[in-house]
Amino acid sequence: MAAGAATPASLESAPRIMRLVAECSRSRARAGELQLSHGPVATPVFMPVGTQATMKGITTEQLDALGCRICLGNTYHLGQRPGPELIQKARGLHGFMNWPHNLLTDSGGFQMVSLVALSEVTEEGVRFRSPYDGEETLLSPERSVEIQNALGSDIIMQLDDVVSSTVTGPRVEEAMHRSVRWLDRCIAAHRRPDKQNLFAIIQGGLDASLRAICLEEMTKRDVPGFAIGGLSGGESKAQFWKMVALSTSKLPKDKPRYLMGVGYATDLVVCVALGCDMFDCVYPTRTARFGSALVPTGQLQLKKKQYEKDFGPIDPECPCPTCKRHTRAFLHTLLHSDNTAALHHLTVHNIAYQLQLMSAIRASIVERRFPDFVRNFMITMYGDQTLCPPWATEALASVGITLN
Amino acid sequence: RMKLNLTKVVNGCRLGKIQNLGKTENHSMDIPGCLLYTKTGSAPHLTHHTLHNIHGLPAMAQLTLSSLAEHHEVLAEYKKGVGNFIGMPEMLLYCSLHDPVSPCPAGYVTNKVLQKSMIIGVIEGGDVMEERLRSARETAKRPVGGFLLDGFQGNPATLEARLQLLSSVTAELPEDKPRLICGVSRPDEVLECIERGVDIFESFFPYLVTERGCALTFNFDYQPNPEETLLQQNGIQEEEKCEEQIKKIKTTGCNQKMTSFEINLKEKKYREDFSPLVRECSCYCCKNHTRAYIHHLLMTNELLAGVLLMMHNFEHYFAFFHSIREALKNDRLTQLKELIRRQAC
Repeated sequence: MAAGAATPASLESAPRIMRLVAECSRSRARAGELQLSHGPVATPVFMPVGTQATMKGITTEQLDALGCRICLGNTYHLGQRPGPELIQKARGLHGFMNWPHNLLTDSGGFQMVSLVALSEVTEEGVRFRSPYDGEETLLSPERSVEIQNALGSDIIMQLDDVVSSTVTGPRVEEAMHRSVRWLDRCIAAHRRPDKQNLFAIIQGGLDASLRAICLEEMTKRDVPGFAIGGLSGGESKAQFWKMVALSTSKLPKDKPRYLMGVGYATDLVVCVALGCDMFDCVYPTRTARFGSALVPTGQLQLKKKQYEKDFGPIDPECPCPTCKRHTRAFLHTLLHSDNTAALHHLTVHNIAYQLQLMSAIRASIVERRFPDFVRNFMITMYGDQTLCPPWATEALASVGITLN
Repeated sequence: RMKLNLTKVVNGCRLGKIQNLGKTENHSMDIPGCLLYTKTGSAPHLTHHTLHNIHGLPAMAQLTLSSLAEHHEVLAEYKKGVGNFIGMPEMLLYCSLHDPVSPCPAGYVTNKVLQKSMIIGVIEGGDVMEERLRSARETAKRPVGGFLLDGFQGNPATLEARLQLLSSVTAELPEDKPRLICGVSRPDEVLECIERGVDIFESFFPYLVTERGCALTFNFDYQPNPEETLLQQNGIQEEEKCEEQIKKIKTTGCNQKMTSFEINLKEKKYREDFSPLVRECSCYCCKNHTRAYIHHLLMTNELLAGVLLMMHNFEHYFAFFHSIREALKNDRLTQLKELIRRQAC
């Protein structure tokens, strides 16, 4: 039997870190609660991305005040600077950045795609050439888990062989099978399964049969949760949702489903309907630093002249500190200065927006009105049914939610 | 009506309170004191939340006309005043013509009338004693709320050369109106000016320190307990060792204007230093983070570095001003001055 493969007995004793609180009777949406070492997390959940042990310009106190209970750090970046040994001396990533709640670390796999010019993949692992000093590092499944063990994050991700979703041909299949082998190596190397939850990452690109194989293999492994990877790249939304739906149809119900790299508000709503529980994306925090504020009807590019004399808040319904105190006009003015405070105001608001959206989604599932919530959300965002993106309409229809 | 109450004058240093400030006339401000430095109406790097993490915030913020003048149409249409516009309705506001960090060349001044505000008269006259005295005497005759001493800023050598001039100028000014000075913010220069009758300063120095990735660490505790004295002595020995290093940094141009009142968190030696920026500092940064973390943020060009350093540097600086007032109250300014002088390079 392959190393790490679950025996029937061990499947019974696999840690169940998620408790289901409610399920939508129409779609696949679920509301639940994750039990993690640094406290409970309500799902569905959006996890802001704090790549280098910081949520950009906002303090951990501000992030806590927004209600965030889990956020991301990145193994590749932190492994380079400041390095796992230092972070371990600082009492782990929690101690280093002084974050009292939960952390999830990505394995470094995604950087294989984003930094592809500097990387080379073999069965051994990923060889990176550092852009800072030209030094070569090998990120193997073992090394990735070793670093994440040192970081001490509550959820750690397997190292997966990631290919861009726009790649076709035999490389996709090779990457899928290798990811399964790397999952087993990660499970074997994991020193702290009692404190840190190792998630598998389903690959297979946009090929339904490859995904299905990956799902079948990986769900035999005794892991506390599954991520759906290899999506949210350059693929079409039509292909994207089908792969998500395929994945959730075959993933166990009693374990969390983490859809990586998602996203935009519409994507979050649709993918909750498709049965996903956890999400992460740099978009809300990144777009804030470009002066863009997220609102229920889309986004406001506050640097534009039309906001110069707009004396209302970003969103009159939003209770975040930025909206309670500041006008669009002032933010517009500040964005045109070199005071970084402008960016922080928007980062606070955009994170608040995302977290409030997830809260509202969750409440609607618990109160058995999720399909209505989805309909109202789409009308607010797109105005008219015919303007709702076709892929979203199709995806929702596939799980029993029609828009009219 | 605004009123300056002097509690004490010691060797030319004035200790007191400006009262009945603000629209409701119930705000007050301690002198010697400083203004909260802002850029485009916001403390640099800080939102309301992080700004109010800072203990000892001044009652009055400094706005710069240079950053707001281009928005005067917006402000006019807004109608609720600049305090509300910038989200500081509870703050007293002082508007200077220039930004002390990026001042305009001489001779480029615009005149604006600010209604419902007190006007501060500006004392000019360059380095010519006669002109300075004329400016002081004439301005003092006008119904101004206070005086701004202009033209004393520059590099440390410049101020030193003008200290005599400064004394002569303030001697001409009425005692019951506050004296502000622009462009002077370094701790040692602040003390020199207080001794020559200046009351209010700008707080852009902590901002400059922040921008070069440094943290204020100078000691203003002129009455330490015996344990602290020993640690302090060690600290000062270290400062002397570092003098050579600082001179090196200065000449290489990387941190040209770095002073000996600060440490440079970019230095490798802080990489594994898990102590706070300043031991016993009660600021948000020192209570929650380490030198190693700040070093990491600077190495990775993260925005949070500026936020945390600004919080620490402002708090340290405002606490320095508090210690000046305490020293004056307790007749200990000489000790404080000596302590600061020892740390100035």
